[in-house]
Amino acid sequence: MGETVYTKDHEWLVIVDGIATIGVTSFAREQLGDVVFVELPEISALLTKGDEVAVIESVKAAGEINAPINGTVLEVNETLVDEPELLNSSPEEGGWMFKITLDEDSDISGLMNKAEYQNYIAVNA
Amino acid sequence: MMLKKTRTLADLQNSAEFIARHVGPSDKDQQAMLKVLGCTSLEQLTTQVVPAAITMTDSLDIVDGCTEAKALAELREIANHNKVFRSFIGQGYYGTITPNVIQRNILENPAWYTAYTPYQPEISQGRLEALINFQTMITDLTGMEISNASMLDEGTAAAEAMALCQRMSKSKSMCFFVDEDCFPQTIEIIKTRAEPVGIEVKVGNPDEFSGDAFGILLQYPGASGEVRNHRDIITKVQDKRGLVVMAADILSLVLLESPGSLGADVAIGSSQRFGVPLGFGGPHAGYMATREAYKRNLPGRLVGLSKDSSGAPAYRLALQTREQHIRREKATSNICTAQVLLAVIASMYAVYHGPQGLQRIAQRVHLLTSVLASGLEQQGIKPVNTSWFDTLTLRLDERTQSVVKSAQEQEINLRLVDEQTVGISLDETTEIDDVKALWSILLGDHNLDADTLAAEISEALPGNLIRTDDFLSHPTFSNYHSETEMLRYLRQLSDKDIALDRAMIPLGSCTMKLNATAEMLPITWPEFSNMHPFAPNSQTVGYQIMIEQLEKMLCAATGYDAMSLQPNAGSQGEYAGLLAIRGYHESRGDSHRTVCLIPSSAHGTNPASAQMCGMSVVVVKCDDQGNVDIEDLNDKATLHANKLSAIMVTYPSTHGVFEEKITDICDIVHQHGGQVYIDGANLNAMVGVCQPGKFGGDVSHLNLHKTFCIPHGGGGPGVGPIGVGKHLAPFLPRESSDGDREGAQISAAPFGSASILPITWMYIRMMGRVGLKQATEVAILNANYIAKRLQGHYEVLYTGTSGRVAHECILDVRPIKDDIGISVDDIAKRLIDFGFHAPTMSFPVAGTLMIEPTESESQAELDRFCDAMIAIRAEIDQVASGEFSLDDNPLAGAPHTAAVVSHDDWPRSYTRSQAAYPLDSLRANKYWSPVGRLDHVYGDRNLVCSCPSIAEYE
Repeated sequence: MGETVYTKDHEWLVIVDGIATIGVTSFAREQLGDVVFVELPEISALLTKGDEVAVIESVKAAGEINAPINGTVLEVNETLVDEPELLNSSPEEGGWMFKITLDEDSDISGLMNKAEYQNYIAVNA
Repeated sequence: MMLKKTRTLADLQNSAEFIARHVGPSDKDQQAMLKVLGCTSLEQLTTQVVPAAITMTDSLDIVDGCTEAKALAELREIANHNKVFRSFIGQGYYGTITPNVIQRNILENPAWYTAYTPYQPEISQGRLEALINFQTMITDLTGMEISNASMLDEGTAAAEAMALCQRMSKSKSMCFFVDEDCFPQTIEIIKTRAEPVGIEVKVGNPDEFSGDAFGILLQYPGASGEVRNHRDIITKVQDKRGLVVMAADILSLVLLESPGSLGADVAIGSSQRFGVPLGFGGPHAGYMATREAYKRNLPGRLVGLSKDSSGAPAYRLALQTREQHIRREKATSNICTAQVLLAVIASMYAVYHGPQGLQRIAQRVHLLTSVLASGLEQQGIKPVNTSWFDTLTLRLDERTQSVVKSAQEQEINLRLVDEQTVGISLDETTEIDDVKALWSILLGDHNLDADTLAAEISEALPGNLIRTDDFLSHPTFSNYHSETEMLRYLRQLSDKDIALDRAMIPLGSCTMKLNATAEMLPITWPEFSNMHPFAPNSQTVGYQIMIEQLEKMLCAATGYDAMSLQPNAGSQGEYAGLLAIRGYHESRGDSHRTVCLIPSSAHGTNPASAQMCGMSVVVVKCDDQGNVDIEDLNDKATLHANKLSAIMVTYPSTHGVFEEKITDICDIVHQHGGQVYIDGANLNAMVGVCQPGKFGGDVSHLNLHKTFCIPHGGGGPGVGPIGVGKHLAPFLPRESSDGDREGAQISAAPFGSASILPITWMYIRMMGRVGLKQATEVAILNANYIAKRLQGHYEVLYTGTSGRVAHECILDVRPIKDDIGISVDDIAKRLIDFGFHAPTMSFPVAGTLMIEPTESESQAELDRFCDAMIAIRAEIDQVASGEFSLDDNPLAGAPHTAAVVSHDDWPRSYTRSQAAYPLDSLRANKYWSPVGRLDHVYGDRNLVCSCPSIAEYE
């Protein structure tokens, strides 16, 4: 199991053998409220860092998930389509959103470790 | 004995009577309220609020007001210039019979027309049910899976459908193909909407179309009357990954195979001919239905079923986060209203007639058309179209003009298609005598016998397009056919709702003022309501006079040079205004000016409209006081100077403050070559006091449904005219082919929602220059009075430099949430128990309440509201002190239904009387919420958008 790293957009990533599993953090979940809908990317979609890849809708907000790194979509969490509430109950485990195969030149600098992310939230929220 | 004369005749005439009817607080009350504020006069208060730099020095260039009777008499004289002919013009607008029970109990009933958009579902169950009936009716008739709660008109519905196709289609093509047999106005609006966003529109015969397109629009039946079987073309387009939109006539669908069963992806159209008067083009409810898979891309409002806090079924607006107020420039559309009142009328027409009644009406229209055709054919005039529902196209060659002319001599209008061709559309109002009259006009002397022909008619609908499936099988469409049942159903629904006939609706930014009865009367005069939008100019002189006068009045009120009444909603006004700016830049060779600056406090519609005009949005920061950050504006205007197109700024700001620096803002943008769009949503704080057209605005839209008394209708109709400076006048929306306005047409009808314009005309005529100014001043007084009375109980978020608010005030209840845990929702829902509609929630600042009382509310009503708010604050303190827990208190349990309060089991820690009658005054006049608090999460996770089966209620 790789170390969990974080983005400023409140996404988490676990990277193991060139494959990143991506979801949103507990902090993001609290901001969104009850999630009612998740739109996931298509498998095999090519992503460039910053591309809009997924949408999360709650009763009160809608948020886009941007690709945190370059890569190709390998798998998506289909369970979320019928059970979007998993993003509320288990954002960092059962509520994972998609997996991508990293490009060889994918730039993972700029991602934060847990302590850095918690500090980031404390300062910016 | 002679009485001593104390008052002059002029005094006794009381020509300013209406002002005191419209303005809530009496002179005496105004003095008392001013005293509370520490002011001596309205002028003094206004001076404290409105920056001196922009204050008008002259009075409005509008005549003095007059009595209701005089204004009605004047308007009656104008209306008499309209000639109401029998119309066979068709083209999307048909004669219809508004059932009288519906006219009196909906169209003329303030319980329906003064209600607001159902954002607060608990107090809106009546109209939400009516709208779900509408959605059910549309999904049934179109054979689609999901329908929204109406569109502005058929033309804009088609344009929105095009946008939906582009988003959802997997085709890479930028082409949208339009059937040449579509209504001309629909084609125009498609072109308007396509051009700024780079869509290529091709118009032609769909059978000959073989290229790629992301979407295609088919008219069904065609404008020519032809009923084509589109199955093959639908498959062909879909095979190439394009989507298919069908513009379908709602009455014909009763007899014809539905768009859904033909395989269409989207169905759009108008529900006008279901009981909504022609009204010279509007307002009418357009419709849009599509596949379940595209539900998140449906524009406009969508009503869904959910459940309330006790698990009972209850309605609400669903999937709201797809709308502009959340997604801003990423929204799929700028549409933020519907045509609720008209959709309600159309749905009730279906409830009243039921499926069999509608079938009879449709079959009769069709049979009369066939009788007409058969007679003509016998006498040598064979219709050009070989199939029809209600429309015939006749080639008359050189006789065309003379036939149209002789028809007009008999007060009959035919549709002049071109120099050789006429069109005739029949409708529900057509009688057999009309058919005979048409024969005489077209044939001269004839010996046709209508009854014989009717008996011999063979089917003119193509055999493979006859509808075989059921529709409107839900009991709602069968249970209310007697007038008694209908009457009671309508009453039962409206009794569930809070409208202005019950209580003040203090919604910030919505201006829920009086919609006076005298203002409403003219809209049902036949001279206004029975006019076809494409009737010849010689018959519409009354409308022309009224419109010209109204344009002048509105120019005088705003300080602009020209006014377009075409936009039929505020969002449409924004769009038309930005298109005018775009047209202006292009005319000067500045088509590269595409950057639109928008302050972060703007209403979400602004960025959505800018995006639709092909502009890129650059957000300007606001400071802690909610004002535009001048430094940031300067930086961004300078940075984008070469590409600067416009700024969109709301004034007074969305925070309810007259920003001192507004003239600087305008200057900075002008210096860098941009145009200033002043959003007129808050114009109610300016009329007679300052003029956007004079203090720096180049264009503004006005919301006649806010400032100028058109009722909200439960969420539409609206009217959003735009005023512009001289330099932009040529770029206003086109109204006719020979006018001097060259901008793109943006509404289906030349004057949008023309039939409700008399409401505004009446208001301005009765108020006059003095009354209009007083209305503004009292609107400001009322808002400041509320702010003052609630001081110490709640925090007012923003004030101007003098410590005053403008015409609305924002209560910051976020500290209550943070410190005590009671949310803005809890307060809003608790207000229902006190009989009030909540103020605007979470706009422009999340977690706050924005209150706009308007000038029409009396001091007594303002006090009643403040008393409620203060009582609620005391309950919050009971939670803070630990007397009640956070999940068992009168706020968390609100609203309390009669069923809950009277239940034998009362497990709550507060008393029943505190739940239901927190103030003693409520014992005399109590509104009971029909449902408990709505479960929004459940509704959005389990979307149901048509009438639920009866089992849901068991």
